[in-house]
Amino acid sequence: MSENRLEEAGQAKDPRQPVDPAAAEWPLWEVFVRSKAGLDHKHCGSLHATDARMAIQMARDVYTRRQEGSSVWVVRSDQIVASDPADKDMYFDPAEDKVYRHPTFYVLPKAVDHM
Amino acid sequence: MQPSIRVDPDPAVQYVLRIGDTCLILGQRLGEWCGHAPVLEEDIAMANMALDLVGQARALLTHAGQMSGQGYDEDQLAFLRDERDYRNLTLVELPRGDFAFTVVRNAMVAGFLRHLWAALQSSNDAELAAIAGKAIKEARYHQQHAADWIVRLGDGTDESRRRTEAALAAAWLYMPEFFDSDAVDDAAADMGLGPRWADLRAAWLADMTAILDEAGLAMPAEAAFRSTGKRGVHSEHMGYVLTEMQYLQRAYPGGVW
Repeated sequence: MSENRLEEAGQAKDPRQPVDPAAAEWPLWEVFVRSKAGLDHKHCGSLHATDARMAIQMARDVYTRRQEGSSVWVVRSDQIVASDPADKDMYFDPAEDKVYRHPTFYVLPKAVDHM
Repeated sequence: MQPSIRVDPDPAVQYVLRIGDTCLILGQRLGEWCGHAPVLEEDIAMANMALDLVGQARALLTHAGQMSGQGYDEDQLAFLRDERDYRNLTLVELPRGDFAFTVVRNAMVAGFLRHLWAALQSSNDAELAAIAGKAIKEARYHQQHAADWIVRLGDGTDESRRRTEAALAAAWLYMPEFFDSDAVDDAAADMGLGPRWADLRAAWLADMTAILDEAGLAMPAEAAFRSTGKRGVHSEHMGYVLTEMQYLQRAYPGGVW
C-alpha cells in the first residue's frame, strides 16, 4: 500500500501552483519507527496528516500501539526522491553477475570476527 | 436479571470511585468514536485513549473494591451499580457531540486528571500512587492531543472556530464541578489519600489559558450552574449510557469473553 501511495504523491501537483485548500487532500507522510535504542529507524508505513506535529502524533497512535517503538520519524512523502522504475535494468541488473563483491570469498583474520 | 449492588459510603472509597468512574464513563464516550472519527488515524487515536481510560478505571475500581471490603470486583462495580451510585464528573457523561466537543472535553478532563495524577503520586496509599504513576503518562498525551486539536480548530476555518466556541461554551458549564470540594475531599486530604480537587484549580486554569490563548479563543465566564455527578446526581444522559454499558452483564450475569 505504501508504494502505491508514494507513486500518487510523486504525481502531486506542482507546489508552486496555487491549490484550493478545501479541495486538497491532507499531505502524505512516510513513517519510520525505531524499536529500541541502537537500532535504526525502519520504514513501517504511511499516513495522511495536515502538518508535522499531527503526523508524529498519528504515527504514534497508528504504528506504536503494540510497543513497537521508542522513537518515530516522519517525512513528507513528496520530499523523497526515488529512482525511476524505468532505470531498473541499467541500475540494478549489472550487479547480478558480480558475486565476487560479496565478502564471503575473503578469509577474515580471527581478530575481526563477526564482521 | 442481575440485581444492583450498593457501595460503601466511606469517603475514601467514594474519592477513588469519583476518579475511577470519571475514567470509565469518558472511556465509554470516547469509544463511541470507533468507526466514526473524521479520519482513520484519529479513529485509532480515540480508541487508544478510550482504552487508556478503561485501563485506569479497571485499576481504580479494583482498588475501590478492595478498600471497601465488600468483595466486589472491577466488573461488578463497573456494571452493577445504579445510576446514583456512579460518582463521575457530569461532563464526561454528556453525549459525544461533534469532534470539537470531544476534543474540548478531552482537554478539560485530561488536564484535570493529569494534575490529579501528579498529586496522587505522593498519596500515602501505595496502590493509588502506583496507578497514578502509570496513568499520568497517558493523561499527558491525552491533554496534548486535545490541545493540538483545539489550536487547529480554533485557529482554523470559520466553521471549525464556530464549532469549537460552541463546544467550549457548552462544556465550560460543567467545569465548576471539578473543583467544588466537599467532605469527601476533606477526608481524603486529611488522611493523605489525595488532594482536595479545589487545590488543582490554579494549575488547571493555567493550562487551559495557555491552550485557549494559542487557539485565539476566549475563556468563557464561569456560570452559576453547578453540576453534581460526583455526588451521584447526574444529567439525563447518564441513564442511557449506563443502559448500553450494563445490558450484557445484567442480562447474562458473570458473562466473560
